[in-house]
Amino acid sequence: MRAAYFDVDGTLVGTNLLHPTLKYLMTTASPIESVRRVLGAALDAPSLVAAELKDRKLFNERLFFHFKGMSQDRMEFLSDEVFDAVIRPRIFRGTGELVEQCRSAGLRIILVTGSLACTVAPLAAHLGADQVIANRLEYKEGYATGRLMRPVVAGPEKARIMVADARERGIDLAGSHAYSDSFSDVPMLSLVGHPFCINPDAKLAKLARSYHWSILDIDRPTPGEQGVSRRRKAFGFFG
Amino acid sequence: MSNTHPCVVTIDHRSKPRVLWSGDQLVEVDLPVGTRVVYPKPPMAPLQDVDAAIRYAINHPLNSEPLYAKLRPGMKVTIALDDISLPLPRMKRPDVRQRVLEIVLPMLRDHGVDDIEIVVALCLHRPMSEDEIRYMVGDRVMAEFWPNRLYNLDAEKPGGMTYLGTTDAGEEVEIQTRAAESDLILYVNVNFVPMDGGHKSVAVGLCGYRSVKPHHNPHTIRKCDSYMDPHASELATRVQRMGRLVNSKVDVFTIETTLNNRMFDKPLDFLGRNEDDLSPSEERMLRGLVRSLKFLPQPARQAIFQKVPAPYGVTGVFAGETEAVHERTIRRNYDQYLVPVEGQCDIMVCGVPYISPYNVNSYLNPLLVSCMVNGYLFNLYRGAPLVRKGGTMIVFHPCSDKFDADHHPAYIEFFHRILTQTRDADRLHREFEPEFAQNPGYIQQYRTGLAYHPAHPFFMWYWGENGRQHVGRVIVVGADNEYVPSVLGYETAPTFAEALRMARETAPPDPEITCLRVVPMMMADVTVPEHARKQVEATASTPAGETVDA
Repeated sequence: MRAAYFDVDGTLVGTNLLHPTLKYLMTTASPIESVRRVLGAALDAPSLVAAELKDRKLFNERLFFHFKGMSQDRMEFLSDEVFDAVIRPRIFRGTGELVEQCRSAGLRIILVTGSLACTVAPLAAHLGADQVIANRLEYKEGYATGRLMRPVVAGPEKARIMVADARERGIDLAGSHAYSDSFSDVPMLSLVGHPFCINPDAKLAKLARSYHWSILDIDRPTPGEQGVSRRRKAFGFFG
Repeated sequence: MSNTHPCVVTIDHRSKPRVLWSGDQLVEVDLPVGTRVVYPKPPMAPLQDVDAAIRYAINHPLNSEPLYAKLRPGMKVTIALDDISLPLPRMKRPDVRQRVLEIVLPMLRDHGVDDIEIVVALCLHRPMSEDEIRYMVGDRVMAEFWPNRLYNLDAEKPGGMTYLGTTDAGEEVEIQTRAAESDLILYVNVNFVPMDGGHKSVAVGLCGYRSVKPHHNPHTIRKCDSYMDPHASELATRVQRMGRLVNSKVDVFTIETTLNNRMFDKPLDFLGRNEDDLSPSEERMLRGLVRSLKFLPQPARQAIFQKVPAPYGVTGVFAGETEAVHERTIRRNYDQYLVPVEGQCDIMVCGVPYISPYNVNSYLNPLLVSCMVNGYLFNLYRGAPLVRKGGTMIVFHPCSDKFDADHHPAYIEFFHRILTQTRDADRLHREFEPEFAQNPGYIQQYRTGLAYHPAHPFFMWYWGENGRQHVGRVIVVGADNEYVPSVLGYETAPTFAEALRMARETAPPDPEITCLRVVPMMMADVTVPEHARKQVEATASTPAGETVDA
């Protein structure tokens, strides 16, 4: 069996972890609590930036700490609203077709993301994904503790989780595909026989050129659609 | 061997070195005395009035009613155009396709035809950029039609292909849905090489992978002798079968054009001529060019040759029913390209130029080098291959391990991962092509980027199949590494003298040597003396390396 592993934020949708997080924080039981939570996250911004620069796992843990005290029921209840308001409008133009193409090629569709599982669930259903590997909040007596369940899905940990999962399911990683936009996902991309960079950040784009990894833009129109012209940026030679 | 045609000269003691292409550089080669050198014919005179020729052709078509008689208000018309792969390099503006469009479109409008779409018939080639399309069709057509009614074919668009039927030989035929549902398909062609045009335009240009598979495969190419001669080409036979099915379902009006081979403008127009015939100033310019190219960085060299358009002249415009038109087109192509050559050779010497149909505005990567050597350069003949069965080709090219990531992403994996496992075309076709052809990421790059379809690198390998079956050895002079030639199955030599010494080891005593001075475009019309003909026929179906007693 072969699989197509997809990062989500920045790869299939034009969001990052902050977009749905803010939506959750703004949609609590009372306006005062919403203001308190959003302000708290805003004041924590410098620490979040520092954490992101240091380590993606650290960033995830710091960000999701702001869910402390939120009820599990509410998190799951809001997930459809978050999908409709924040995620669905930002799904890239070519996401559906790319996923469908992978499915037609006989690949198992697996979303591998640092987002929360409850947040990604509606997207997974929308795309018809077979499996989701995502972060889960730790709950105690129905309320989030602010911590993430181990292992935290981020960076190299994504790759370790993929290997373990592939072994369990009999997935041939050499024949599998992986798609991501972030340099932090290099371990994940390196695992598979067919890595693809979608809208890569600058560091990943540079590495992609060196490693001969293909670069895709799935938000471009296909022939016959209105819009952006297909300009060639530069000769992309490998030497 | 004897040859009295002025384009075939024999090297003697007074001859100057020949200047051959080695990628985007020129190298001076001292050919041994007695070597036969075949040059392209001088450019034919172009038509005096191209627009008049276009109007005449569409009003007096071959085996068809005139174009205007086919038109009625409200009908649906799809105009399909040849893509960027020809001519090579691009011609000076206005491109002949622009000229045809600027005559045909007003005629359509005058007859009340408004439902018009223009599609670049690229099949699984790379899409053209907006700038490239603009160059081809001109600003006026661009302003009116781009981007919703002028676009690249998307052969992988879900639901974008319509199945038309299956031929008696089991070939499944599908073409773009828009074209299949049209009342009329107008095809505007530039017939740069005799392999192109005819039924290949619509039946291949507008089809997808399902319909390309029946002929873009190893066994079809192996049966071509050569694929530049449609009457001896299995590729042309299959395409014709499929094209006849298309034409039985959809009304197709073909407009084909031919060009002369005037590839270089002044002051570089001496590049295709006999070095012994150059004036002193031309000789100085040639020497200067050879030297200065050595010092320029590769992108600059590429820009010099690929960005400067060719002053091609239009030599023919034919319109009407596909096969009737194409017979005339091929004859006009041959008028320009065919140089009569008597007898085959044991060693064929050839420079590999910087350009192929598949690397316009990018680099001739290792896979395309092999496509040129074993494919195009080998197949530039009619009658019999220029080199005898089991003979040696000595070619010049750096064979750099360089690929263009935007145009040829699938080629990179094909070359480094697949071709290093096997060069057996049948095994590649059977074991690796199906999965590659469905690779979602590469397909996405074809659909929304500027990339060739992931099946295309396989076709590039198959394109050299009949050459590989025929030629015994290929020796590359001037390779900048050993890895690429070894993956391709080639030997290397640091100099021409060494390559010749190596070639002589397996050649008959006193081997016949011929240098094909290709670029500009040409073909050798090879006639084989009676006493040698039986040998040629007997060895035609025997793989290279095996001997046959005449």
